[in-house]
Amino acid sequence: MAAEGGKIDPMHQFLVEPLFGKHLIVGGYDISFTNSALFMVITLACLWVFMLGGMKRALVPGRWQAAVEGFTGFVANMMETNIGPKGKAFTPYVFSLFMFILVANLIGMLPLGIVPGWHAFTVTSHLTVTGTLAIISFSIVLVVGFARHGLHFFSLFVPHGTPGYMVPMIFLIELFSFLIRPFSLGLRLFVAMTAGHILLKVLAGFVINGINAGPGIAAIVSIPSFLLMIGITLLELLVCAIQAYVFALLTSLYLNDAINLH
Amino acid sequence: MDPAAAKLIGAGLAAIGVGLAALGVGNVFGSFLESALRNPGAADGQQGRLFIGFAAAELLGLLAFVVAMILLFVA
Repeated sequence: MAAEGGKIDPMHQFLVEPLFGKHLIVGGYDISFTNSALFMVITLACLWVFMLGGMKRALVPGRWQAAVEGFTGFVANMMETNIGPKGKAFTPYVFSLFMFILVANLIGMLPLGIVPGWHAFTVTSHLTVTGTLAIISFSIVLVVGFARHGLHFFSLFVPHGTPGYMVPMIFLIELFSFLIRPFSLGLRLFVAMTAGHILLKVLAGFVINGINAGPGIAAIVSIPSFLLMIGITLLELLVCAIQAYVFALLTSLYLNDAINLH
Repeated sequence: MDPAAAKLIGAGLAAIGVGLAALGVGNVFGSFLESALRNPGAADGQQGRLFIGFAAAELLGLLAFVVAMILLFVA
C-alpha cells in the first residue's frame, strides 16, 4: 500500500514485481522469480502438506483425514451428479483445480501485511493465472470432445428438435456461447477477487486517513469503516469458497457437454 | 467536456450496472429460498443449479465493474 500525500493507491497490491529486486531477462523474456510465483509455490506447499497429512488411509479416519476426505468426497459427488459414472476419470483434475483456487484465494486473504516488508499477494487476482486455468479446462473439453465423438462433436451446437430453417442461426449462437466460455470462466474469478481486494483496501484507506485527520473524524469515519471491513472480510471468505466452487462446477458442466453431448 | 472528467463520469455510470446485477443475484437466492421453504426435501438437489444461476447473474455485474476499471486505469 503506497501512501503518498495522504492518498492510498488501492491498485498497488496487484503489482507483480521480482522478489529480489532485479529483473532476470533471458532472450527478451522476463523470467525473474516474482511475488506471484512465490505465492503460487506457497499455495502448492500448503496443499501438499494438507493432502499428505490426510492420506494415511486409516480405517477409522482421524480429524485431518476426515477433512481431506470431506473435500475429495465433495468433488467426487459433484462429478457424479453432473457427469455420471463417465466423469470419474476427470475427478483428479477438477479436484486439483478446486483446491488450488480455494487455497490461493484464502492465502490472499491472510493478513500478512502486519509483518513488516511482507505483502500478501492473491495469485487468482490476475487474469494471466485465471485465464491459464480457464484455457486448460477449455482445452481438455475440446480434446475430450473431439477424441470421443470426432466431428460428431459439432452436434453440440444444434440442440435436438431444432427446425431446419433455424439451424444456421442456432449454430452460430451456440458456437459463440461455446467459444466465450474460457473468457467468462477466467474473467469471473479474476474480477471477483480483484473487486473484493480493492474494496478492502479502499476501506482501509478510509480508516488510516480518518485516524490521521484527528480524533473527531476518526470516531465518525474510521470506526464505522473498520467495523464494515470486518463484515466485508467475512463476505470475502465466503466469496473465496463460492468462486472456487463455481469454477469447478462450470468446468464439470463443460466436461459433461463434451462427454455426453446434451 | 474535459476527457478526464468524462472518464470519471463514465466509470460512475458503469457502477450502476453493478447495482443492477445485485438485483439479479438477490433474485436468484431469494427465489431459491422461497421455493426451498415450500419443498425442503428437494432443495439440496438443486444447489448446483442455484450456483450456476448465481454465476451467470454475477458475471454481468462483474463485466460492468471491468468497464469501470478500464475507464479509470487503462483508457
